[in-house]
Amino acid sequence: MNIKNSVIKFNNVTKRFPVGGDYFIALKNIDLLLNKGEFTGLVGPSGSGKTTLLNIIGGLDSASDGNVSVLGQSLENTSHNERAKVRRKNMGFIFQSYNLLPVYSVFENVELPLILNKIDSTQRLKKVNQAIEWVGLSDKRDSRPSMLSGGECQRTAIARAIVHQPALVMADEPTANLDAENSHHIMKILTNLNRELSTSFVFATHDEKIMGYLKRIIHLEDGQIKKDQLIKNPKFS
Amino acid sequence: MLLKIAIKNLLGARLRTILNVFVTSFSFFIILLMSGMYDGMLQHAKNVTIDTEIAGGAYWHPNYDPLDPMSFEDSHSLIPNKIQSLIDKKDAFPVLVNQVSIYPGGRIMPAILKGIPPNQDIVKMPSTSLNSYKDGTIPVLIGKGMAQSTKLNVGDSFTIRWLDINRTFDANEGTVVHIMDTENFKIDMGHIWIPLNIAQSMFAMQDQATYVTYKKNLKEIADNTDWLHRDVDFLVKDMEAIIEADKPSVQVMFIILLSLAAMGIFNAQVLSIFRRGREIGTLMALGMTRLRVVALFTLEGGLNAILSAFATLIVFGPFLWYFSMSGIPLPIDYTEMGLIMAKRLIPVYSAGLIFSTMILVSIIVLIVSYLPSRKISQMKPTDALRGKAIT
Ligand SMILES: Nc1ncnc2c1ncn2[C@@H]1O[C@H](COP(=O)(O)OP(=O)(O)OP(=O)(O)O)[C@@H](O)[C@H]1O
Ligand SMILES: [Mg+2]
Repeated sequence: MNIKNSVIKFNNVTKRFPVGGDYFIALKNIDLLLNKGEFTGLVGPSGSGKTTLLNIIGGLDSASDGNVSVLGQSLENTSHNERAKVRRKNMGFIFQSYNLLPVYSVFENVELPLILNKIDSTQRLKKVNQAIEWVGLSDKRDSRPSMLSGGECQRTAIARAIVHQPALVMADEPTANLDAENSHHIMKILTNLNRELSTSFVFATHDEKIMGYLKRIIHLEDGQIKKDQLIKNPKFS
Repeated sequence: MLLKIAIKNLLGARLRTILNVFVTSFSFFIILLMSGMYDGMLQHAKNVTIDTEIAGGAYWHPNYDPLDPMSFEDSHSLIPNKIQSLIDKKDAFPVLVNQVSIYPGGRIMPAILKGIPPNQDIVKMPSTSLNSYKDGTIPVLIGKGMAQSTKLNVGDSFTIRWLDINRTFDANEGTVVHIMDTENFKIDMGHIWIPLNIAQSMFAMQDQATYVTYKKNLKEIADNTDWLHRDVDFLVKDMEAIIEADKPSVQVMFIILLSLAAMGIFNAQVLSIFRRGREIGTLMALGMTRLRVVALFTLEGGLNAILSAFATLIVFGPFLWYFSMSGIPLPIDYTEMGLIMAKRLIPVYSAGLIFSTMILVSIIVLIVSYLPSRKISQMKPTDALRGKAIT
C-alpha cells in the first residue's frame, strides 16, 4: 500500500471518555490505513465505537492517545480552526438523521459548503446544480426539507456532502431511517460517486444492505478491530 | 458570507422571526412612548410655567427668596431706572410680594399676597379680572386649588390681615372676583393676587416692587444696581427639581422595560441555541469555525434588533405619531398632587431620545445575542450533533 495514497492513517489510537471519576475506553489501540477511493464500512454491534472512530477521523473529536493523520496531515496538536478547515475543504458528512437546515431549500442546503469555502456564485450555481442532478433531485431544488421524503432528505444530504468534491465522505448509519428501496437507491448513488469521482467513503453501519456494497469491511468490537476484510466482488456494484 | 447566512436564517424561520421581532419592537415602542411621555410632561410643565409665570425672565430684589416667606418683608424697593423703563415700554411688569394672613370662613391661614398690574399681558393670567373693583373691598384673584383649600367661591369675602410699615397689624376685606383654572400650582397654592396699586398702598410701598417680570425674547439689560437678573433656566429649576424627584421611578420603569426587551431577545437566542444544537453541530461538521458560529448567532440577534427597529417604525410608528398629535388623556387630575400636568399629555420624542434608545437597545441586543452564542464555542461538535443540552 502506498503511503502517498493514504487518506487516513491511525497509529495506535485510543479514545477514553471520562465517566464519573473513571474512564470508559471506547477505542483501544487502533491501527488503520485507508486509501484514496476506498469504499469502506465500520461494522459492529452497538457501542463498539463506530461513531467514535468516525468522529475522530473527521476531527470532530480527538484521540486520547496515538496519532491520526488525515490526508497526510497529522491532527495532533491542531486547533479547532485547523480541523474545521480540513473538514471544510476535504470532507463531507452524511448523518443518520440527515441534519439538513430546516429553513433552507434543497439548493441552499447543498450550497452551504461552497459558501463556507468562499466559492463564487457562478461556480456555486454550476456545482450545486450538478450535485443535485447526481442525486436526482433537480425537480425539488426549491423545496424545504419538511416537504421531502426521508429518501429525498438523505439524497439532499449526500449532495451537500459531495458538492465540494471532498477527498473523503463519512456516513454514519446513512440508511438507518430509510426503507429498503431508498437504501438501495442511496447506496447506488454513493457507489457511482465513488467510482466517478474516486471519493473515499467510510460508513459506520450494521445495515446488511449497505454491507452488500462495501469493498472493505472493518469489524469493530469493544473498541478494537477484530477483522479487516477486503471484498473482491461486492454483492451489488 | 455570514451576513448572507444570518439573513437567510432569519427569513427562513418566518414565524420565529416574526415573534421575536414583535416582542422586541413592542418593547421599543413602550420605551419610546414612556420616555416620550416623560419628556412631554417635562416640556409641558416648562411651557406652562413660562406662559403663566416666567415669560422671558425676571429681575429680583436682591433679598427676594420665593421659598422663604420671611424674606418678603425685606425684599422690596423702588424699581431701578433701567428696569422701570422696560415697564414704561410695557415690556415688563412689577410684582410686589408680601406675607399675609387670611381668614376664609373664620379659619386662619398664611398666604402669599402678590400685587400685579391687572392690565399686564406678559404672562397668561386672568389678571384683568382684578379691574372689577366695585364695593370698596379688595378684589382678589385665586387659583382653583386655593379655592378648594379655602372653600372660597367667586363673590365670597374674607379678611386679609398684614403687618404694616410700623409693624402693627392692619386688616381689610377681600372679595374673590375670579377663580382661575391654571395648571401651574406655583401661582395657585397659597397665593392671593390683588391689583398692584392696592398692594402698594396697603403696605405703604408706593412704586415699590419685589420682582419685575419681562416679556419673552427680550435681551438682558445692563442694570448696574444690585437687583438680580433671573433667566428662564434659573426660574424653571425648582419646577424641574420637582419633576426630577420623580425621575428615579421613571428610570426604574425604563430599566424594567429594557430588561423585558433584553429578556425577549435573550430568550429567543437561548431558545434557538438550545433548539438548534444539532444545526450548530452540523455547521461545525461542515467546517464552520467556532468563532464564525458565534458571530453568526450574534449577527442574527443584531439583525433581529434592526428588523425590530424598522418594525417599530412601521407598526408602532403611527401610534407614536398619533399620540404626539392628539395627546394621551390622563385619568387623574395631577394638579392636586402638586404636579404641572396637562389633561392630555403630549409625548415628545426628541432625536436624542430615539437615538439613545436605539443605541442602548442595540448594545443590549448584542450582549444578549453574544452570551448564549458563546456557550456554543465551549461545546464539542459531537455533543452539538447529538443535540445534547447545553449546560
Ligand atoms: N461523549 C461520551 N461520553 C461517554 N461515553 C461515550 C461518549 N460517546 C460515546 N460513548 C461511549 O462509547 C461507546 C462507543 O460509542 P459509539 O457511539 O462510538 O458506538 P457505536 O458503535 O456508534 O454504536 P451505535 O451502533 O449504537 O451507534 C459507547 O459505549 C458509548 O456509550
Ligand atoms: Mg453510532
